[in-house]
Amino acid sequence: MGPSGAEHNNFPGDEVELVLRNKNVILIVLIAALFAVFPLMVTSGYYLGILVIVGFYSIVAIGLGLLLGYAGQVSFGQAAFYGLGAYAAAILSGTYGWPPLLALAAAPLLPAAVAAVIGQPILKLKEHFLVLATLGFGILVYILMKEFVDLTGGPSGYTGIPYLSIGGLVLSTDKQFFYLVWFLAFLTLVGAWNLVNSRMGRALRAIHGSEPAAEAAGIDTARLKLKVFILSAFLAGLAGGLYAFYISFISPSPFGFHASIQFVLMAVVGGAATIWGPVVGAFVIVGLIEFLRWAVPVVLPKAGGEFEIIFFGLILVLALLFRPEGIMSHKRRKQRSEPDAGKEAAGTCST
Amino acid sequence: MSPESQLLQYLISGLTLGSIYALIAIGLVVTFNITGIFNLALGEFVTLGALVSIALYAAGLPLIAAFALAVLIAAALGAVMERTAIHPARKANATILTLVIITIGVGIAIRGASLLIWGTHPYILPPFSEHAPFTVAGAVVIPQSLWVLGLAVVCVAALFAFFEFTYLGKAVRACVMNRTAARLVGINPQRLSLAAFTATGALGALAGIFVAPITFATYDMGFMLGLKAFVAAILGGVTNVPGAIIGGFLLGILEAFGVGLVGSGLKDGLAMIVMILVMLIRPTGILGAFRRGA
Repeated sequence: MGPSGAEHNNFPGDEVELVLRNKNVILIVLIAALFAVFPLMVTSGYYLGILVIVGFYSIVAIGLGLLLGYAGQVSFGQAAFYGLGAYAAAILSGTYGWPPLLALAAAPLLPAAVAAVIGQPILKLKEHFLVLATLGFGILVYILMKEFVDLTGGPSGYTGIPYLSIGGLVLSTDKQFFYLVWFLAFLTLVGAWNLVNSRMGRALRAIHGSEPAAEAAGIDTARLKLKVFILSAFLAGLAGGLYAFYISFISPSPFGFHASIQFVLMAVVGGAATIWGPVVGAFVIVGLIEFLRWAVPVVLPKAGGEFEIIFFGLILVLALLFRPEGIMSHKRRKQRSEPDAGKEAAGTCST
Repeated sequence: MSPESQLLQYLISGLTLGSIYALIAIGLVVTFNITGIFNLALGEFVTLGALVSIALYAAGLPLIAAFALAVLIAAALGAVMERTAIHPARKANATILTLVIITIGVGIAIRGASLLIWGTHPYILPPFSEHAPFTVAGAVVIPQSLWVLGLAVVCVAALFAFFEFTYLGKAVRACVMNRTAARLVGINPQRLSLAAFTATGALGALAGIFVAPITFATYDMGFMLGLKAFVAAILGGVTNVPGAIIGGFLLGILEAFGVGLVGSGLKDGLAMIVMILVMLIRPTGILGAFRRGA
């Protein structure tokens, strides 16, 4: 990836927008082609499995990135939406016998509906209160998943999720899921790209810049924030539904607080205010987790549990201290005033 | 057990739980008043207080020395946290939201470190007094509960004296009322911020040490305690120390009765529901006065 590509898509000047868009289209096509041939070249089930997981996380992280980087709102309960989608897909297809594809299509509606209900009051909260309300909501959902044993199977998990099948084609291998997940991830990416370059996207950026100013300019900020919140919940639910069919057994543990932190981390590390950032963040964080699970026991043989959280914490702090705009950006937040952004965009145009 | 003594039993365990929440909530509120942010890593200092003192005691130190050292270590860590994470972020003009997420990050890092050092198994600290549990009107009282209640009373009294009678305490209150004006009269909010993180780190550790003989000490014990302390703080109105104490006891009693009514599995959920409802319905807390601008 060249140094002057997608990173600047957050503040493109009008005259360079077209050029940037063309560049990005080429880039997207190239990367899509790379993804298409990847499973043909890689025979290791391990790497393919990891990339499938990265695909799930990317979808969640793109949604959270829109919320965090564009609407300027945070959610520390995103894993709850992910989990709600997973359980909805599992229970609809497993307990109620819905066709899996229908269950998958319906699964994101549950978290989206929940987000619609809680979003209106919760998004009125600011700063700490928003952090803690979403965090508390996430923990509450996690507890309910554990306690509603009749419905969810409780802490020991839910089994009996059927295979996902699309028109007679049964999806059971990593390779098939790889294509499905990354197809949907690319759709999400393109959708998000269109969204942020639409009127709504500009309105969102205005909210991020200054909410009172956006309001004064006639933007219905509350409504817009709610929409993005619902969208992020929908995407998390979609990824959760896919995850349930992929893994075919779910328990509450991957949907707890640490998972929510992980999603925030992906968005923050990759740079929430870029469309690509969260996907890069998902790759980085999953890669890091896999590396740590391999490396730490070599150094500390007794280490057990989710010890990787120590690095999550450190990375979160370091990222916010030194690169608040994410690793995909070149500059630190403080230095980027609007005229600078314009110059920067013009600079990329001439290269 | 008669219904009356059953109720008394809930009340006693509620007061014990509540005094722990209240202690941590005091730490949250004091930091919030001085710095304008909640230290969401404070719960991890509770864990550290418990686990470090247990480790030091196991290493052969006398109990009191182990406690003192654990509190000192937590205080030092609080200072390090302020200097390495909070202070630089503030200098870089970080938003409140960023600062809060930073405290969450520090908290997770401490929890991960505790997990690496102590693993997932629970540890026990011996009770402070050998006295056997006794009964009051049919309800069982464990002596350690009295220690916890006593600590809460002593800490509250000490804080009251600090805020009312010492120069530093008055400076803190001035800072709460108006940070700019406090600066004008020569109070340095940055130094106070360091002091706040240090002192509340110590306070959190102290709470952890006292609660450890009652609950088992695990690497993740502090997370929920810290969150519930926040619930207590918001019940009391966020900037209000007496309110936080009352909020702590209220939450403790509510939970104790809640366990009796809905079962222990949903106990933590109850606290989260209370938190969300209070924030939405009555963000000024149950005591009213709310000075968010402070």
